[in-house]
Amino acid sequence: MSRPIDDPSSDVPSLFSVKRRLLFAGKRGVAASALSSLVILGALVAILFVSPNGATVRHFFFSPHNMWRSFVGDPKAGLLSVGRGFITNVWMFLVCEVLILAFGLGIAWIRISRSPILFPFRVLATAYTDIFRGIPVLLVVYIIGFGLPGLFIRVISYQSPAVYGCVALTITYSAYVAEVFRAGIYSVPNGQLLAARSLGLTHASTMRRVILPQAVRTVIPPLLNDFISLQKDTALVSTLGAIETVRAAQIYGSTTFNYSGYVVAALLFLALTIPMTRFTDRLIAKDRSRRLAGAT
Amino acid sequence: MSDVILDLDAVVKRFSDHEVLRGVSLALHRHEVVCLIGSSGSGKSTLLRCANMLETIDGGDVSLFGQSLLDPRVDPDLVRRHIALVFQSFNLFPHLSVLDNILLGPVRALKRPRQAVLDEAMVLLSRIGLAERAHDYPDRLSGGQQQRVAIVRSLAMRPALLLLDEVTSALDPTLVGEVLDLLRDLAAQGTTMLIATHEMGFARDVAHQVAFLDEGVLVECGTPEQIFNAPKQAATRTFLERAR
Repeated sequence: MSRPIDDPSSDVPSLFSVKRRLLFAGKRGVAASALSSLVILGALVAILFVSPNGATVRHFFFSPHNMWRSFVGDPKAGLLSVGRGFITNVWMFLVCEVLILAFGLGIAWIRISRSPILFPFRVLATAYTDIFRGIPVLLVVYIIGFGLPGLFIRVISYQSPAVYGCVALTITYSAYVAEVFRAGIYSVPNGQLLAARSLGLTHASTMRRVILPQAVRTVIPPLLNDFISLQKDTALVSTLGAIETVRAAQIYGSTTFNYSGYVVAALLFLALTIPMTRFTDRLIAKDRSRRLAGAT
Repeated sequence: MSDVILDLDAVVKRFSDHEVLRGVSLALHRHEVVCLIGSSGSGKSTLLRCANMLETIDGGDVSLFGQSLLDPRVDPDLVRRHIALVFQSFNLFPHLSVLDNILLGPVRALKRPRQAVLDEAMVLLSRIGLAERAHDYPDRLSGGQQQRVAIVRSLAMRPALLLLDEVTSALDPTLVGEVLDLLRDLAAQGTTMLIATHEMGFARDVAHQVAFLDEGVLVECGTPEQIFNAPKQAATRTFLERAR
């Protein structure tokens, strides 16, 4: 039987504090968190209203009319749809993702190989990851996007800006993803390699059947993190003139002198990245609890 | 040739400037059980790894079925298909079920038909009383069960020779018995084994030959009676007194 919370006559020391009681008594915990969220959110919005120039900023960035008009576009006024532009970002992201996974794995594979025949490839792969992790993505986008067309090579020099953008993003992100894969492969305990090799499995089947399946599990959360930034970096392709969401917002802004289109583009990116960020966090939490359970 | 399966001849192994094995010679015959004893760091594990080419040797010779493993035409993958190694830390594959752990080698390395191997694997598993755990993952099993599965995984390769590297050292004392019992059964069936172990009672019961390694030198080799009851070398006597 539990005794009353604070019974002054009791000689048992009380473990309840005033602070915890206020926060968590009954359903007040929910109320407290709702209230604090409301206050913080309200304060942020209030900045827009109490600032000296708040009204102007509200009009230029958050005007509902302009947000809607930029989202759907207005062909008669020469305004491109920020919403439709975003479809370009999504397909660029999807295509790049597949290419990056393939290239990244290939480069990681070369880097961890031991075969003497592959030595020159190992050197190249190492140089590749070093170089492209060191150059800002924007510069790679410029170099590919303005460099390749200048060469006048058949097919290669006559692609759309979106294609060059995808090439640049694939080149850069493959370098990152290769390192993620390599770290994942090295995270598998050496005993697994020894056990597989002593069963007479070749190096290739040891990788395929034993090491990679275990590496993939540890690799998924950092991989998703890279893909979240890849989604955002598709916006850089706007600098090449590809008609994607940021470019459409730029056109809207320079034509109407209203920048609500940028806010629409930002909201569209958030709509895509937030679910993925949440999903990644959940995977990390699950992986963590699995490890903790395994450590008993 | 006689029935020598594995022949280690004056094997030398160095790790940078530390000499781990200093000319160790040992022959293993068919159906023979040899126990390697000696304190930790005496070179027992390294000797086993040199035998199945997980380590390259720096001097001497190792031959299997009378063929030198130093010959560059020798394929380590083929050698390892005849010599199975069981580890102190089991090293079961955590992403595969017990059954798939056992099937992997025979199906992927030996290219044997899956169904035939599966039938054999189930027979082996029921022999160690774990048939109903075939579809469980390794982390659901106790240490002793995992180590017995690891031994069965090696047996499924039908090796000519089984190397065991302190297979009970990572186990709870209460679980050591079940693993040693399995090894006793295997010895009784005539399995050729080279066993590195700290279990002196077990070595005395099961081994045909006991070899004592001390700091990379094979000090003494003989029958269990001779090694345990009348060791010739002072180093052996000292070790056995401390191991008691």
